[in-house]
Amino acid sequence: MCLDSKARKEAPVQEGREIHVGIAEYRVARSPDRLLTLGLGSCVGVALFDPVIRVGGLAHVMLPDSRMFKGGGKPAKFADLGVAALVQEMQRAGSRNGRLVAKLAGGAQMFFGNSRAAEMAIGERNVEAVRQALKELGIKIVAEDVGGSQGRTISLDTSNGLLTIRTLGRAVRVI
Amino acid sequence: MSISNNEMDILQEIGSIGVGNAATALADLLQAKVNISVPRATFLDLEEAINLIGGLEQPVVCVNLKLDGDVPATVLYIFDQPSACALVDLLLGQARGTTTALDEMGYSVVMEVGNILTGSFTGAIANLTGLRLVPSVPVLAYDMLGALFATSVAASGYADDQVLCIQTSFWGNQDRDRVDSHFIMLPEVEALDRLFQALGVAADS
Repeated sequence: MCLDSKARKEAPVQEGREIHVGIAEYRVARSPDRLLTLGLGSCVGVALFDPVIRVGGLAHVMLPDSRMFKGGGKPAKFADLGVAALVQEMQRAGSRNGRLVAKLAGGAQMFFGNSRAAEMAIGERNVEAVRQALKELGIKIVAEDVGGSQGRTISLDTSNGLLTIRTLGRAVRVI
Repeated sequence: MSISNNEMDILQEIGSIGVGNAATALADLLQAKVNISVPRATFLDLEEAINLIGGLEQPVVCVNLKLDGDVPATVLYIFDQPSACALVDLLLGQARGTTTALDEMGYSVVMEVGNILTGSFTGAIANLTGLRLVPSVPVLAYDMLGALFATSVAASGYADDQVLCIQTSFWGNQDRDRVDSHFIMLPEVEALDRLFQALGVAADS
């Protein structure tokens, strides 16, 4: 681990477990646990939070639209299926849609070098697809850290809904 | 996608021949002995593949090429930061340790290495099979391995949960000249069918 190891060491000891959300997965947790997903590139981390019961959910979405791709895959891989699946899981944990707020991070364009890089700009499409899926479910996006050209590691604190974002060689941001 | 053990062996063998050629090209370039590991062809979950190379957050330099023609696939060369810097010093004839971070020049050197390795890899497979393999101009990035690997898979337009990974490592002979590299080939389904056909292997043997 090379990311801000200094900052990590100095961070106050936090309560709760750290729950890892893998690529193309989603998880739901309660305060004071934290949901963590590592190395988002063009993928988008969708963090949902219900401030009333302090339940959080995090999805690591990889592709915009399940209908556009060959092969199958877990629902959480796609923005169109993954966001809806995460919301359902939040509801099972006691959340109500009217209370949910969303924060997004990721959707970077990682590769540069020629015209092919533009074809690979899948990050932007992922962000658009996630916004659309949230809009359809009536969930408001309260903060975003999307685009750019850097990978991100994010952590959602379910005690307060804050999303911490780490990148290589840049200061930690909290949204 | 289902593949027999026999077909897996063939993929491994093709990987060996291609990577052997690429390693020879690298040795010529570096004027040093280059070792290669026996390539492994495996179906892996994305995260398994990433953990095999390093870890989700490991900072790496990744060269990404697309193969068009008869064998559509994505090819990745992954170097950790010290290896990428060592490569640049070796190729530019600089004293070791001159390069500590990659600049524009460094990136184009690493990209060029990707070009040369891919040229010799695809040349070997083309000779063996008579198939046409056309490598694209590479794109490159320096960032977290997970971010680069997942982005490469996403951009390949293929959405299965498992990826076929033909993986190998190169390393220099002396610690002083150590250059570690991972070669990853992510073939598309039609690529495999054509490869097996060209080699006279029945699809369901």
